[in-house]
Amino acid sequence: MDFFVDYILEPGVKIGVIVLVLPLLVGYLVLMERKLIAFMQVRLGPMRVGPHGLLQPIADALKLMLKEDIVPRGADRLIFIMAPVVALVPAFIVLSVIPFGPSITVPVPDGFQWPLQFVEREVPLFITDLNIGVLFILAVSSIGVLGIILAGWASNSKYPLLGALRSAAQMVSYEVALGFSIIGVLLLAGSLSLVDIVNAQSGDGHWFVLYQPIAFIIFWICGVAETNRAPFDLPEAESELVAGFHTEYSGFRWSLFFLAEYAAMIVVASLMVTLFFGGWLAPFGLRLLPESLAGIEGAFWFSAKLLFFIYSYIWFRASWPRYRYDQLMHVGWKVLLPIAIANVVATAVLVLLLEG
Amino acid sequence: MLQLVIFYIFAAIAVVSAIMVITRRNAVHSAMFLAATLLSVAGVFLSLRAEFLAGVQVIVYVGGILVLFVFVIMLVPSDRVIFERRYNRQGRIALITAAVLIGELVYAVIQGRDAFVFPEETLEPAVEGNSQWVGTVLYQNYLLPFEIASILLLVAIIGAVVLSKKSKPGGEIAVEE
Repeated sequence: MDFFVDYILEPGVKIGVIVLVLPLLVGYLVLMERKLIAFMQVRLGPMRVGPHGLLQPIADALKLMLKEDIVPRGADRLIFIMAPVVALVPAFIVLSVIPFGPSITVPVPDGFQWPLQFVEREVPLFITDLNIGVLFILAVSSIGVLGIILAGWASNSKYPLLGALRSAAQMVSYEVALGFSIIGVLLLAGSLSLVDIVNAQSGDGHWFVLYQPIAFIIFWICGVAETNRAPFDLPEAESELVAGFHTEYSGFRWSLFFLAEYAAMIVVASLMVTLFFGGWLAPFGLRLLPESLAGIEGAFWFSAKLLFFIYSYIWFRASWPRYRYDQLMHVGWKVLLPIAIANVVATAVLVLLLEG
Repeated sequence: MLQLVIFYIFAAIAVVSAIMVITRRNAVHSAMFLAATLLSVAGVFLSLRAEFLAGVQVIVYVGGILVLFVFVIMLVPSDRVIFERRYNRQGRIALITAAVLIGELVYAVIQGRDAFVFPEETLEPAVEGNSQWVGTVLYQNYLLPFEIASILLLVAIIGAVVLSKKSKPGGEIAVEE
């Protein structure tokens, strides 16, 4: 019974919640993006479906599912079908190690007898806490780029191939600086586990962004580049490449790429919150709810910080023009990477001096 | 028991996809089976409780090397990828070498069969803090081999850069834009 609850029921329920909630969240994220960009350009955005366009995501989802699914002639059918899945699955898997909050107490049935007996059970608000947490995230999310490359190749068409090539070069380049910017935080926390990293930041306002501001800015820039968002959206630059790697995709398969991109946005924003902004910890040790509801309060603070960084993505998109390809490579390799390495060396020396 | 079953599943996937890698006509399909092989090896590491190694396996081989493989394959026209000759005329020598190698491996396994003792089965990790252990061992007990390996890699990187630049008749190295 304990085995069932520990290894099947609890993770199963949490995985179910994430798999069901994430697509809905992404749908409303798209609406938020359309609305915010509209407001920034003094337009109204979607207004027709539901009050102020609030039902637009549901209409969009229905439309995408009912659209004709086209596999171009000359495409490598198997890989064409596989590519969106390869892009989407890593983005979902990564969410399993992100700590959304501390523990909450919920009643769970104690055994299968009727009437059900309930016992209080402390349930942490994350699926699992890995000893190699950050490494796991980097490893799994690096598989996602394969999906984009495969999509570009399998389409057997010029624009997708160019988009996929750009995407591969961009993601491999920025992954390096991204990895180095995380090392500073790991040196301070002394652990790869995301829960340990959040706990290392507890105390009044000891968030790692105060100790690692340079690393944070590098991570922010690289995070936007890794998710192929504007101003780094060269892989799908609509004015040059039609739609980049997903030009030949339509209907549901196209929406899987869309889902993968927005899920990756949520992952990178969650990582920013966890690594640099104290995860679920409240700013200045604030406490809004009683101790027994600490889990819900933690989840609230996490979501609030997450929403800010998601907003920043949209803000960037509305504000900045796209980079040129050579500028992109210049910034990645010649500016961000040296600064990130210098930051690692400086942090390591300081940690050694102050601790030893 | 569970551990053994998981090990055999991953091992079987790894071996079958490795065979598929060398028998597919299409290079991208080969690359995909290579990904399956590499990921199942990571799975084998996980079933042996080497979490850090599993993570590094995925990040280096799948996220790095395989992406570069696919990148290069994509630059080759797809009809050439499919109709390229895959076998050369050294089949007999290869067969003999492979037979000798298999013989050696079988001999080594038979000689060292007492070493294959499976540890007590448990759901808990063998050592707490796998990544800390790897770090401590690597940077304290094996620091010299580690540094030698990194110098070797550095030499390889510099060598690659030098080779990829075309040298001018005057002996100067021209940067190719």
